[in-house]
Amino acid sequence: MRRFSSFRDFDWMLLTLVLLISVISVLEIKSATLNTKFHGFGEKQIGFLLIGLLLMFLISFVDYHRLVDIAPWAYGVSLLALVAVLKVGTKVMGGRRWINLGGGVHFQPSEWVKLVLILMMARFFWGRVGRDLSWTDIGKAFALVCIPMALVLKQPDLGTALTYFPALVVGLFLGGIRIKQFAILLLGFTLLGGGAWMSGKRLKPYQMARLTSFLDPASDPRGAGYQLLQSKIAVGSGGIWGKGANKGTQTQGDFLPIPYTDFIFAAFCEEHGFVGGMGILLIYFLILTRLIQNAQQASDLPGTFIVMGVVSVMLFQIVVNIGMVLGLMPVTGIPLPLMSYGGSSVLFTLLALGIVMNIRMRRFVN
Amino acid sequence: MIANPDRYNAREEKVSPGKLHATQYIVVLVLVVLATGMWRLQVLGADSYRQLAEANRIRKDPVRAPRGKIFDREGRILVDNYPSVSCYLLREQAKDVQADVPMIARGLNLPVEQVETTLRRYQITPKYESILLKQDITQDEQAFIEAHRNELPELETRDDQRRLYPRDGFAAHLIGYVGEVSEEDLNSSKYDFYEPGDVVGKSGVEETYDSLLRGVDGSRDVVVDSHGREVGQLGQQLAVPGKDLRLTIDLDLQRVAEQAMEGKNGALVAMDPHTGEILAMVSRPAFDPNQFAVRLTRSYWSQLVNDPDHPLMNKAIQAQLAPGSTFKIIMSLAGLEENVAQDMRVMCNGGGTFYGRFFACDHHHGMVDIDHAIPWSCDTYYYTLAEKLGIDTIAKYGTEVGLGQKTGIDLPDEATGTMPSTAWKLRTQHEKWYAGETISVGIGQGSVQVTPLQLARALSGIASGGVLKRPHVVFPDELPPDMGSAIAASYPGSGDRTIPLTTPNWETITDAMAQTMLPGGYDTGAAVRLEGIDFAGKTGTAQLVNHSIGGNNLLTGAARANAWFVGMAPRRNPDIVVAVLCEHGGWGATAAAPLAAQVINAFVTKQRRREGNLIQVSAPKPAAVPAISQPSSSPQPSGLPQPPSQPKPPTAPADISMIEPGPRVAGPESNQH
Repeated sequence: MRRFSSFRDFDWMLLTLVLLISVISVLEIKSATLNTKFHGFGEKQIGFLLIGLLLMFLISFVDYHRLVDIAPWAYGVSLLALVAVLKVGTKVMGGRRWINLGGGVHFQPSEWVKLVLILMMARFFWGRVGRDLSWTDIGKAFALVCIPMALVLKQPDLGTALTYFPALVVGLFLGGIRIKQFAILLLGFTLLGGGAWMSGKRLKPYQMARLTSFLDPASDPRGAGYQLLQSKIAVGSGGIWGKGANKGTQTQGDFLPIPYTDFIFAAFCEEHGFVGGMGILLIYFLILTRLIQNAQQASDLPGTFIVMGVVSVMLFQIVVNIGMVLGLMPVTGIPLPLMSYGGSSVLFTLLALGIVMNIRMRRFVN
Repeated sequence: MIANPDRYNAREEKVSPGKLHATQYIVVLVLVVLATGMWRLQVLGADSYRQLAEANRIRKDPVRAPRGKIFDREGRILVDNYPSVSCYLLREQAKDVQADVPMIARGLNLPVEQVETTLRRYQITPKYESILLKQDITQDEQAFIEAHRNELPELETRDDQRRLYPRDGFAAHLIGYVGEVSEEDLNSSKYDFYEPGDVVGKSGVEETYDSLLRGVDGSRDVVVDSHGREVGQLGQQLAVPGKDLRLTIDLDLQRVAEQAMEGKNGALVAMDPHTGEILAMVSRPAFDPNQFAVRLTRSYWSQLVNDPDHPLMNKAIQAQLAPGSTFKIIMSLAGLEENVAQDMRVMCNGGGTFYGRFFACDHHHGMVDIDHAIPWSCDTYYYTLAEKLGIDTIAKYGTEVGLGQKTGIDLPDEATGTMPSTAWKLRTQHEKWYAGETISVGIGQGSVQVTPLQLARALSGIASGGVLKRPHVVFPDELPPDMGSAIAASYPGSGDRTIPLTTPNWETITDAMAQTMLPGGYDTGAAVRLEGIDFAGKTGTAQLVNHSIGGNNLLTGAARANAWFVGMAPRRNPDIVVAVLCEHGGWGATAAAPLAAQVINAFVTKQRRREGNLIQVSAPKPAAVPAISQPSSSPQPSGLPQPPSQPKPPTAPADISMIEPGPRVAGPESNQH
């Protein structure tokens, strides 16, 4: 029985796809920040990517079982960090999300909580596979997710908070939730969501505005609706072949809001058209398919759960982000994995994929 | 905590492959949905989104066409343009314009209400259109805009062309001024093709010939980012500069006229009777059109509007006042044409009683005939003539020479004046005409009202044998063909017309008017005779308070009589006719006539210099004007005061014909009767 895996088993295919999309991301960030005060973001993103890849390699050598073992501790620390960020966090654009670590480095705990929650869900559900989930189990799983979620909503950061949900859903799904339970939950959430929608009290005014403007973008041309409209114009005006690198008028003219982070897909589609956009979707498809494949090949249940957790979070972010860019979903502020600029997002995604590598490398361990 | 792998190996269960497959399908499904969304936007909607993207980044910036310059008849510049900086507001740039208004108003030194009014006016226009906030901003205001780029990104400066008018109100009423088209104007059909912010001529030539002067504004298609910063230019539509305009005004003459009228209250108009060309036009008090062109302060505006002397009024065409004795020219014409005056002799004993009321004359003129009545300006004679003619006959001739109707000059808002008649009174006051009213009209009092221009044109027609011309300040043949007729149509009036006059009749009048200006003892105009110039004229002193018609009491201040003078040179087919009005000026002979004399003198001097035959008239040499030998031609009963017999100047027709060659100088001997 081999305790350690070799680089022969490293997922070179996945790494290639990740590197490919990262290069595209850096190029598009450079284009989108060309004539702005953010013109150094491309280089910074390269830095984040290098650090992320390094962490990815490092974590792939740590047995993921150890990570599952320390998950409760990490969970505890995460909750403390989320409480801390509410107390001492730096307030940026109406949200208190970052802890200033000094030296220009800002730490966003909520991104890391995603990883911790994936591990926690894996740990929670793997012991319960094979027997029917009780309502108590479901309640506990919900509690595990909803506590950090509530803290993040308090920042307030609706987008990130929503990304905690997919890990729970996939956990429940794979953990063996019954159709009947699922139906009851769905009904309950529908009623709850409807109630919240009606009262509108749960949402901050700007969150409410974002959601309502999604329904009627023209109502507030300079607000969230303006962003959606500009995003759709960017994507649509790109046409089939796009306007060419650095030539997107929406992107370069600063009509497209934050074209290097949340709306980077719109910037890319404007400059590289339908063909380019389909290329990105294809890469995502290949990455996700590869991940699911890895999940199947995982040597044990925690491995499968972790990989599927990563799949769920990534898929959710892709859908919500691209859906928003295309005007199919409201503006929620969720970054596009591996494309959007941002250290925390890059590090989370690469770390998560590092763990997937780790799981793959240990698939023949038994 | 040390991981124990065996703990994980203890259970061999696996997640059912079906669930993982299901996930795979979900992934495919979701990506297909996204791909469909992209297809919809990028393939199906590409064209419309491309248009939206274009509209996003292209802004139309207006390029103002430089307004045409205005020159005098000899091509000397009257109105020029100069470059200046204007401040515009780009509403798209502002988060909340209303909130910024106080700050903008402070920085640009504008009243807050004015900025708000401007914003309201533009509410209906598309947001990407820029609003002109203030023209010709100062350096301090430019500095303010620069310093507040971040707080007030909506402010922008652009180079513009501004109007530069002559200083001190020189020819201000004639030229007019330009200003931003007003809200009321925009609602009228005349301004159908104008947009808010357009600069239009608001009075004078600037208004009449606005369509010619204004040119066609161009635009630049500017590529901008979402902050409105210009990042490039896609194309431009060049502005078509306005056409330059040559006026019939003679700058030299205008200058003399302006100087003559300085400090006066009234108007002076000089016109060429052959063509109707206005050579000079002055109205006083004046205003400074430059103040209108840039920043008209509230205080300056209210000062203009509340001034009892009406500085904004072009009195040459808008002052309608009783013409006083100058009306006797028209009376004489009526009397002669009706064959009443030729043989009429009137005994003047300082007035006469008509219809039971005594009407005064300012002198005891004794026995007066038509040849003396004009130079003496004998009221008694004209009372009698008026009584004989009746109001409707007087009105017939008054109307024929253009009174009571617009002359049709190509300047806005000309007044019509009043030529009373029985029909007129019935129409306007629904009352019957009383014969007694006719007597006052006989000396240009009562309800007869004329403008200085009407008077000038009437005399022009009479002295030219009945050929009346439409007065104009722009040469019609220099206008585009359709515009010339359009101008004539938009400024209707009596226009060009010829009335049949019997030659001896109008010659009698003009001779008598020449006599008026001679030191022959008629004390009405002799003080202003011009040596060596065949200068003919008629004074008028129109009382404003009617209690002493014909009396000597001129009163003072606002009740002081209006002084009139209308004169010409030479007496037959004159080259120039000048009408002068001095409101509350007193005697026409002393207040108005000298002003006209200055202008006529300047005109003749210039004319001679141009023709190279200016001769130095030696000072002691008497006037080279042939005098009519009236004492013999119209016998006067002895006992009447004779004109003081001064040594008659040697008549020197040779001199005149040398100075003034041409058929227009008719020998005076030919028209004695």
